[in-house]
Amino acid sequence: MNRYRVFNHTADLGVEVYGATVKELFVNAAFAVFDMLTDLDRVRAIEESNITVEGEGWEDLLVNYLREVLYLFNGDGFLLKECSIMEIDPQHLKGKFSGERFDPLKHTMNKEIKAVTYHQIMVRETPARWEGRVIFDV
Amino acid sequence: MSETMAGLKKIDECRWMVPQKGGMKVPGIIYSSEHLMREMGADESPKQVANVAHLPGIVKYSLAMPDMHWGYGFPIGGVAAFDLRDGIISPGGVGYDINCGCRLVTTRLAYEDVRERVRELIGALFRDIPSGVGSKGVLKLSPKEERKVLIEGAKWAVDNGYGTPEDLETTEDRGAIAGADPGMVSARAIERGREQLGTLGSGNHFLEIEVVEKVFDATAASAFGLEEGQIAVLIHSGSRGLGYQVCDDYLARMVKHLGEIEVPLPDRQLACAYLDSPRGKEYLAAMACAANYAWANRQMLMHWTRETFEHVLKKGPRELGMSLLYDVCHNIAKIETFVVDGKETPLCVHRKGATRAFPPGHPALPARYRNVGQPVLIPGDMGTGSYVLAGTEKAFAETFGSTCHGAGRLMSRTQATKASRGRSIVREMADRGITIMASGKGTLHEEMPEAYKNLDEVVGVVHNAGISKKVAKLRALGCIKG
Repeated sequence: MNRYRVFNHTADLGVEVYGATVKELFVNAAFAVFDMLTDLDRVRAIEESNITVEGEGWEDLLVNYLREVLYLFNGDGFLLKECSIMEIDPQHLKGKFSGERFDPLKHTMNKEIKAVTYHQIMVRETPARWEGRVIFDV
Repeated sequence: MSETMAGLKKIDECRWMVPQKGGMKVPGIIYSSEHLMREMGADESPKQVANVAHLPGIVKYSLAMPDMHWGYGFPIGGVAAFDLRDGIISPGGVGYDINCGCRLVTTRLAYEDVRERVRELIGALFRDIPSGVGSKGVLKLSPKEERKVLIEGAKWAVDNGYGTPEDLETTEDRGAIAGADPGMVSARAIERGREQLGTLGSGNHFLEIEVVEKVFDATAASAFGLEEGQIAVLIHSGSRGLGYQVCDDYLARMVKHLGEIEVPLPDRQLACAYLDSPRGKEYLAAMACAANYAWANRQMLMHWTRETFEHVLKKGPRELGMSLLYDVCHNIAKIETFVVDGKETPLCVHRKGATRAFPPGHPALPARYRNVGQPVLIPGDMGTGSYVLAGTEKAFAETFGSTCHGAGRLMSRTQATKASRGRSIVREMADRGITIMASGKGTLHEEMPEAYKNLDEVVGVVHNAGISKKVAKLRALGCIKG
């Protein structure tokens, strides 16, 4: 199963994310962000950080979570390689990130992702899997 | 009026009405041509024009310009004005890149003077001006200096040696919106802004050397200091990470309090706050900071452009005569006064991918442009060139003094990347005589010319509709991209 798929949205970047569980959906959403930003093969998991996010339902939680994920790079210049989620319910999430600091001599940058939007945000459980949809401003 | 295209009514050759229905408080009006409307196909932006019409306190109509395309929340190319007492302000109606905009610098150089030097100039500009994803500037601002940037805008840059006081006279709002309060800007936004001042950015931002190809209106062109064959430089950039973070912070806060707005919103990205509420006022004060940061940024980019021209061409500032024709913002919300029901009324005008186009005689214009109207700068897609237009009375009466802002996307980024696979965009542009240097390869494919609407056609609509008039067209010679 693909972890995510990019879809057409005129000026922006639309992404559909999948997971067997809701936990996996959130892990794959963070992976999607950094897979689009950089070549992850060149990133090592040598530094760790913890994350706690709150939300008012799955969709709000996903947006708030991805805002934090994106800030790792946009605010701190940190590239995420791996992510694990310890606790998750529609109101809160606790997770761990590992990766390393962006080094222009070693890492590549594919594109800029400015922000996570609420536009057409969706998280749902189908009989087969969990699916999410997010549109990023790029 | 004839009924066509998914519920839209054609008013005349340049305007389409989105009829008022359901929870819409006013109708929508789209400025566009039959061909541009057809070309948009299934694009959902007309629906977004209708969505904006649901917002409390909206005045007259929800508008869209011919470069309109599907955004999030508000359409790109959207214009909407709100009453100060019962209306709202929406961060999504301004956009993430607060005060994204452009400035045009004219020179005393003729095309013959630089024809053989464009490649060299572009190379030097690419080296001297930081661009690309997450690019950092040469300054690292102290928190105290950054506060000054947020309050003073372009004036801070001029006071610190980047340009001259005359530059401020030809900058919209003299390069600073009043009411900026750095205390309303989050620590994250301040942090992101600290190292990015004086950087071009990435995506659709660029710096372009152009030549004036055609003058349409000799009187206005002469007032603007434009003539055929003259070299000019167009700079397109915004408020960088600081602006994105301000938008993000306030959207999140407003989404949390959606219940306070009297109507259910059709899209969470339309989250807003009443103008006459603490949250609305706080956003306005933070947005002004980001807008001012963007003006300081473009002022610095222009200063380095001047320096680079001096070094490369070994000419002094007087000889080059690089003067700022004008600087406009095209992602902003501003308090401006218009006539509503025969009465002068201050309104909060949102322009998301739309440019102010004030008429001759308006007090906001610099004295030398007062007889011809405000210069309106319309950047094209990468390497196409641009238009200079002038604002009109009709824009003031019909569109809250607004017009289009660019060509507008036609293809999504993924479609453009697919369509350009295996092609060398740099070589294709070179074959057309345009030198391009870019930090990111992906950007070139996403930004290729076919991904955009035809600029002539977009400008033709606003000209024919009378909401701005053509003054000159410029052709690109060389371009640096983030």
